[in-house]
Amino acid sequence: MSFLEILYFIVPSAIFYAAPLILVAIGGVFSERSGVVNIGLEGLMVIGAFVGILFNLLFADTFGGLTPWLALVAAMVAALLLSLLHAVASISFRADQVVSGVAINLLAIALALYLVKSIFDKGQTDFISERFARYNVPVLSEIPVIGPLFFTSVYNTSFFAIGVAILAWFVIYKTPFGLRLRAVGEHPMAADTMGINVARMRYVAVMISGALAGIGGAIYAQTITGDFGHATINGQGFMALAAMIFGKWHPLGAMGAALFFGFAQSLSIVGSSIPVIQEIPNVFLLILPYVLTIFALAGFIGRANAPKANGKPYIKGQR
Amino acid sequence: MSNRVTNLLVPIVSVVLGLIVGAIIMLVSGYSPIEGYAALWNGIFGDLYTIGETLRQITPYLLAGLAVAFAFRSGLFNIGVEGQLIVGWFAAAYVGVAVELPKIIHLPLAILAAAVAGALWGFVPGLLKAKFRVHEVIVTIMMNYIALHVTNALIRTVSEGGDRTERIFTSASLRSEFLENLTEFSRLHMGLLLALIMVGVMWFILEKTTLGFELKAVGFNQHASEYAGMNVNKNIIMAMVISGAFAGLAGAMEALGTFEYVSSKGGFTGIGFDGIAVALLGMNTPLGVIFGATLFGSLKYGALNMPNAAGIPIEIVEIVIAVIIFFVASGYIIRLLLLRAAGKKKEAK
Repeated sequence: MSFLEILYFIVPSAIFYAAPLILVAIGGVFSERSGVVNIGLEGLMVIGAFVGILFNLLFADTFGGLTPWLALVAAMVAALLLSLLHAVASISFRADQVVSGVAINLLAIALALYLVKSIFDKGQTDFISERFARYNVPVLSEIPVIGPLFFTSVYNTSFFAIGVAILAWFVIYKTPFGLRLRAVGEHPMAADTMGINVARMRYVAVMISGALAGIGGAIYAQTITGDFGHATINGQGFMALAAMIFGKWHPLGAMGAALFFGFAQSLSIVGSSIPVIQEIPNVFLLILPYVLTIFALAGFIGRANAPKANGKPYIKGQR
Repeated sequence: MSNRVTNLLVPIVSVVLGLIVGAIIMLVSGYSPIEGYAALWNGIFGDLYTIGETLRQITPYLLAGLAVAFAFRSGLFNIGVEGQLIVGWFAAAYVGVAVELPKIIHLPLAILAAAVAGALWGFVPGLLKAKFRVHEVIVTIMMNYIALHVTNALIRTVSEGGDRTERIFTSASLRSEFLENLTEFSRLHMGLLLALIMVGVMWFILEKTTLGFELKAVGFNQHASEYAGMNVNKNIIMAMVISGAFAGLAGAMEALGTFEYVSSKGGFTGIGFDGIAVALLGMNTPLGVIFGATLFGSLKYGALNMPNAAGIPIEIVEIVIAVIIFFVASGYIIRLLLLRAAGKKKEAK
């Protein structure tokens, strides 16, 4: 296999693995930029994946080819509702945000499996019939090199994810809403003094993170696994969290990190059929994203600083 | 109502609320909550065998709870108990399989290996926190996944491509015929004793030693501790190392008592995460951990009886546990409501 052929093989699958990570990491950026730590991304993804698959199984006959997209909407709503629980606990009830996130994770997987067993009477769902389909982008896929790399056998969801990342960058850095969001996460008291409703901003941010994590989970389930069981998400949410940190809480950085982690994941899966890479023990590729995140945090790869008020409940009038 | 009473009431109210939410979910999804909880009860206390197994399940929960609680007391959140437990499990099983020694050396050696492995896994986030001010939550989460993948790879190497190691030599086993005979051949093992001793050790360290005093001081206020001449960085590392050692011991319980081997895992055991629930419910005190571990260990084991006896998926118990954590975390609002209720009573009088 020539080097280019290897790239043609790996890059599309890297982008394919990265798409859900990008969306969930962007969700994390919104939440944490507003000052709410969201460890619950994993659980929100789980609910998204479960509802996406369930919707797909129930309505595939009614909606046909549109089903996967509509399933994303259903997953988004479900995860948004679950994220409200995290919002209420960590914003209004002043709960420890990490603990509340842990509770969300436990709750989501338990609830999803409970429902799976109640509905299907077994440990996992059936396989869906309507998946997102790969296709070649007309015209663009004809371009040499770039065509086979980025526009051959792609999923629309990948473009969607990249679009969301760019949109998120615009919203967070170029709009008044984004400025307020960042202000609330850096110095809530100053923001409050300027007339910004801190609690409302944080609620909105957590809900956005829930919605995006739900979509990400549903995309993951409908492109990669095709059914839902206890191991469907298996740490993807935490990897998205890692991507968010590795990307230094910046939407485009998070996207880049997610693409890189997607690359590492796809290497660990398809790498066995590629010379050179098959020499590397699989375990190194599997732990690469996590090790890199630790390095990034330790400042070996540029300093990664969290928003200042991240994780602290805002109590009016308290210095 | 005194502060002390409200502090004690918050966990109790949370447990009750959790069980109520569980009942509502069972009701809505078409199961009978009474049958469900009866099945749960029988799954915990049904006969001597189930009681033995319940106690067996409580054992790692005690240690995982201690690990989380100990870190919490020093102001650190150790989500990495799961990973520390996994490496401890592997280390103990490896020592149990690799060499054959007289029991008096072999068993302590295997237990020690687990504690050291867990401590090492706790040392990394501790060091990074002390040296680079990196938040321990994220590092410990990442260390969990590293532990999972690395131990799986090691198990594959040790077993020459297999999914699990050989059974450990009996000289490294925690099982005891006496306990097995007592409980109709459950897997209850001597680890329970060790776990209870560790509860005492944690109490002793925290309440009776200078180290414990410093750790708690750092937990309350780092700046004040530093001003008072304590070495904050050293204390952070010590707290994570000791916490990790407790977690590693929890792994040893599984390796040397319950299973007597280690197999590669597709996902986490969940014990480490439930340890967070145990510690929170027990308000991070040694006695509280016994209470929390007993409750969650019993729930977890009792749930296994629910599908057979009442046709209810075992996940209902996980839901209840999650809801309990949620309410304990939201203690502020429960406290507020309790105080309000108490205030109204006073007015009525």
